[in-house]
Amino acid sequence: MNRASDTKAAAADPGKQVSVDSLKSAALDMRRDILNTIAEAGSGHPGGSLSAVELLASLYYTEMRHDPSNPDWPERDKFILSKAHACPVLYVVLAHCGYFPKDELKTFRKINSRLQGHAHTTTPGVEMSGGSLGHGLSFGVGAAMVGKIDGSSSRVFVMLGDGECDEGQVWEAAMSAAHYRLDNLVAIVDRNGIQNDRFTSEVMNLEPLADKWRSFGWHVIEIDGHSFPDVLGALEEARSVKEKPTVIVAATVKGKGVSFMENNPDYHGRAPNAEQLEQAMKELAG
Amino acid sequence: MTTASTRETYGKTLVELGRENPDIVVLGGDLNKSTVINLFAEAFPDRFFDLGPAEQNMMSVAAGLASSGKTVFASTFAVFGSGRPYDQIRIGISQAKLNVKIVVTHAGITTGEDGMSAHGIEDLSLMCALPSFTVIVPADGPETELAVRKAAESYGPFYIRLSRPATAVIHGSDYEFKIGQAELMREGGDATIIACGTMVNTALTAAETLAGEGVQCRVLNMATLQPIDAEAIASAARETGAIVTAEEHLRHGGLGSIVAQTLGESCPAPLRMVTLDRYAESGNPAELIEKYGLAPANVAEAVRQAVQHKAQLSANGKASS
Repeated sequence: MNRASDTKAAAADPGKQVSVDSLKSAALDMRRDILNTIAEAGSGHPGGSLSAVELLASLYYTEMRHDPSNPDWPERDKFILSKAHACPVLYVVLAHCGYFPKDELKTFRKINSRLQGHAHTTTPGVEMSGGSLGHGLSFGVGAAMVGKIDGSSSRVFVMLGDGECDEGQVWEAAMSAAHYRLDNLVAIVDRNGIQNDRFTSEVMNLEPLADKWRSFGWHVIEIDGHSFPDVLGALEEARSVKEKPTVIVAATVKGKGVSFMENNPDYHGRAPNAEQLEQAMKELAG
Repeated sequence: MTTASTRETYGKTLVELGRENPDIVVLGGDLNKSTVINLFAEAFPDRFFDLGPAEQNMMSVAAGLASSGKTVFASTFAVFGSGRPYDQIRIGISQAKLNVKIVVTHAGITTGEDGMSAHGIEDLSLMCALPSFTVIVPADGPETELAVRKAAESYGPFYIRLSRPATAVIHGSDYEFKIGQAELMREGGDATIIACGTMVNTALTAAETLAGEGVQCRVLNMATLQPIDAEAIASAARETGAIVTAEEHLRHGGLGSIVAQTLGESCPAPLRMVTLDRYAESGNPAELIEKYGLAPANVAEAVRQAVQHKAQLSANGKASS
């Protein structure tokens, strides 16, 4: 398939039907580039990038109205990566969509690069400068308020980490989004169960997480974050929810796709070495 | 002398700006009567959002609105608009260079009876540490109106610091405020007092007292702390040879620190800094100003010391040559 033409079509046609097979192939491609990018940099965050691949592929290839040749298009839908350490997955999808040359991924985390170690607005297509957890949902509330003030149909998607939900600001933002009935705002929690040091259940119990969002006035959808039918279905459902914001709690696997990274806290923030990269590429050969 | 509340001036100016510019959006944090942005809320309910006492959220929401093209004013007390949401301001607004104007009220110890937790006396140090921010401390109502208007017209992050009590009006209607430019309030050749905010009027009072003793002071209103008017400071040092700073802020990182840096790099001269050196307490503003050393008498004494220091240096210079 020709993903570039799919992407351009998505800019004009939100909710565009893209076959699950082609999305799966795009996801495999993204995983390979995520690991190549982090290995080339010698540092970065593979675990939480790999867990979010299907979610970002679905957003950028089917759901969002966006135009890689015009990143500042005022009517665009916005994706905000609140867990900004997972920027490799964002940079890779942006490069694949054509926001900047794929070759530029090799400059990640290096001097004079537009691709900073945590997502920053120097990169074409990156909406928010982040790097400290808890900011993104509030930023999304502000962006969604603009849609309400201006009567625009632009929608806002914010991806949060599950460990990030330890931050009190997330819940300040959750309250304000429900209070102002921001139905143009969708939060996606990448529920991969691991944060920087350990499993989320060991660091700080988050459960019942879905009930927490419900009690804050959100429409909650729980899905398997690696199942394209699940993700696409949830995004479609979110489009029809009115008068309240929607959160998609996506159960995912940290390090998804690479056996030795899966569900392993060591790969939250560690680059693969040459041997590990080779092994990973074999597993991701498709 | 006429007095006016800078925060009331701010509230009224914001309504005028709201009328002139449909892209202005205002955020509050459950202190909207005190910050007087309730006037804007009443006039433009669709462009006003109260986020409750949740200042971290407020600053990141401001960033989100600004990144979508709005000119955002976010207002609360100085302590809640600087230190409390500093991480959100640092990354979300300063590093992203967004068009957010943080206008705080109740800065300094003249906030009074609420006590030390409510006295914003570290905020200038925090905000001047952020390189994207223009930091302004208006001296009175007229200057507040002009500074707020300039902030609305200029792209980028601003921090404007206002007080709780009404302050003396020291500017006429013909005053032209310029960002980054010191204002000459009084000419004199023996020493220069550089002040900001409520301390500008204090400096003028001190200069009057000193004139009676035969000491003639130049007085500069340094309303913009960042970017600093380095040329005005260097000229003052060259031409008057002794400098005194005066501010309602702790010693480190405020006006005095910035002036000291500038002098060190341009034209070293005897310097005395009138600042707070510790946390204050509950009390009325006048009592606190007296007890914590920010009265005209303290500024006058600092000038005498600086002038004496200058004379010693001059005598030493002659002795060694």
